[in-house]
Amino acid sequence: MATQETTTTGLLGWIDERFPLTKVWKEHLAEYYAPKNFNFWYFFGSLALLALVNQIVTGIWLAMSYKPSAAEAFASVEYIMRDVDWGWLLRYLHSTGASAFFIVVYLHMFRGLMYGSYRKPRELLWIIGMIIYIMMMATAFFGYLLPWGQMSFWGAQVIVNLFSSIPLVGPDIALWIRGDYVISDVTLNRFFAFHFAFPFILAALVFIHIVALHKVGSNNPDGVEIKKGPKGNRWSPTAPADGIPFHPYYTVKDIAGVAGFFIIFLAIVFFLPDFFGLFLEKPNFEPANPLKTPDHIAPVWYFTPYYAILRAVPSFAGTQFWGVAVMGLALVMFFFLPWLDRSPVKSIRYKGPLFKIALGVFAVSFVILAYLGMQPASPVKTLIAQICTALYFLFFLLMPWYSKIDKTKPAPERVTQ
Amino acid sequence: MSAEGVDLKRRRVLTIAVSAVGAVGVGYALVPFVASMNPSARAKAMGAPVEADISKLEAGQLLRVKWRGNPVWVLRRTEQNLKDLPTLEAKLADPKSAISEQPEYCKNAHRSRKPELLVAIGICTHLGCSPSYRPDVGAEDLGKEWKGGFFCPCHGSTFDLAGRVYAGVPAPKNLVIPPYRFISDTLILIGDDGGAA
Repeated sequence: MATQETTTTGLLGWIDERFPLTKVWKEHLAEYYAPKNFNFWYFFGSLALLALVNQIVTGIWLAMSYKPSAAEAFASVEYIMRDVDWGWLLRYLHSTGASAFFIVVYLHMFRGLMYGSYRKPRELLWIIGMIIYIMMMATAFFGYLLPWGQMSFWGAQVIVNLFSSIPLVGPDIALWIRGDYVISDVTLNRFFAFHFAFPFILAALVFIHIVALHKVGSNNPDGVEIKKGPKGNRWSPTAPADGIPFHPYYTVKDIAGVAGFFIIFLAIVFFLPDFFGLFLEKPNFEPANPLKTPDHIAPVWYFTPYYAILRAVPSFAGTQFWGVAVMGLALVMFFFLPWLDRSPVKSIRYKGPLFKIALGVFAVSFVILAYLGMQPASPVKTLIAQICTALYFLFFLLMPWYSKIDKTKPAPERVTQ
Repeated sequence: MSAEGVDLKRRRVLTIAVSAVGAVGVGYALVPFVASMNPSARAKAMGAPVEADISKLEAGQLLRVKWRGNPVWVLRRTEQNLKDLPTLEAKLADPKSAISEQPEYCKNAHRSRKPELLVAIGICTHLGCSPSYRPDVGAEDLGKEWKGGFFCPCHGSTFDLAGRVYAGVPAPKNLVIPPYRFISDTLILIGDDGGAA
């Protein structure tokens, strides 16, 4: 059965002669063959896309009522909450949506860690994903200043000051980012501009991420390359035998994932929008006051692992740059992951005990760091944070050895199930 | 146009030259975008000195005034506080304020013009939070040895009542002392010391 790339009759025919509509539909959906053994972990890619769309749509509508000035910002958020019809819903969809976006992305990344989705030939796919993650963090950081609450203000103060610890040029960079000697109206105004613009760059990066994915094909829980396996399935003699068309099989599966996501997400939006002070922090219900830092400040939960790493590193030689550098390195480590893993198999299903323990320790350290980053500093907590920071880095730095000597099971030729 | 007589070498030189000129052009075109993010003339002009009236400041009390958008503290220390300062030196990172920022006239044991009055920028030298004033001696969370001082809630840095940083905390330097002078016994001008160095 030859693939028919264009129709020549009717409206579709008219379009296909001018734009590859049918071709794109077939290549990326109806005749894009994905491994048939995806499990629930494969929901989180499409859910991340949904979360991005939700942030963009609700964000644009919020911008219709929000005022990006130090004098009016806090009041305009209250105005959205009280006076704008459905404004409360738009705002809670956006604020809870930010946390949901990070939850989904963290699960999506963990899936990649488990099944070796970063390994050859998906190195670039993984790196593009990491760039998306860092862009997301930047966007979230800019957005967090906008409500102009106490936590907004002091959070931005701390993060911008991270840059001023860079030797020599640091203070000038911080001044350039703020556009003022302190976080001020000027800073708020430009952060709003960046917060509005970045999601469109994110959308473009997501597009590139998917282009890269469709070039190499999806990984799967067995870590088997279906393109290297036998050919021929019900739909095509040339398609991988273990592949099924993305549409309708995975579109329908992803819709089930979306339904499940909405049940949990909307329950939080409607009944627990601040999520015990984690999604909306209490000090942020107070307008920004440049004269007084709240008694306890912490970034939003999705930044706290890195914040705990920052705090774990003491200053020496008269500079606190080390903490900032180590925190940056914690992110950089992910980029090298494809080349650190020397295991003969991809998926955790066939990896040995060493990798399973290492991944478990890493995940637990990450969660403990996230918790510690929310807590006030104390000597004991700092020590625990230092231990967890060491474990975090050892997961990456020792990987070339433990992944190599690990007792793996032979990976199958074909996907299981 | 035929391909005959095409000077490929010349063509490549021209391509490189045009690309280089284009790159320089792009570089110059970036200047306004980068420069527009620097502090504007208005932001620069906002740094005027401010006055602090200390006539009602009791011993042990802290006054906050805003100067260049930052909190500036004026603290009237007690006799006991001043006696405690020299006893802490062993625990401090920079007891003599050698690497810290202060006007020359405040580079002394009490880091101030008048021993009892501390004037300091209330911004942690770590990452810019404003530490809280903790005069409670022997505070539960700060240890029995605590003689009063400042505690930064963000990353746990501690400072004594002269704004000197304790050793082993994230903040690397003592709190910054701004330039200031006394207009009268009860009025301080912060941000201007009349050129005294």
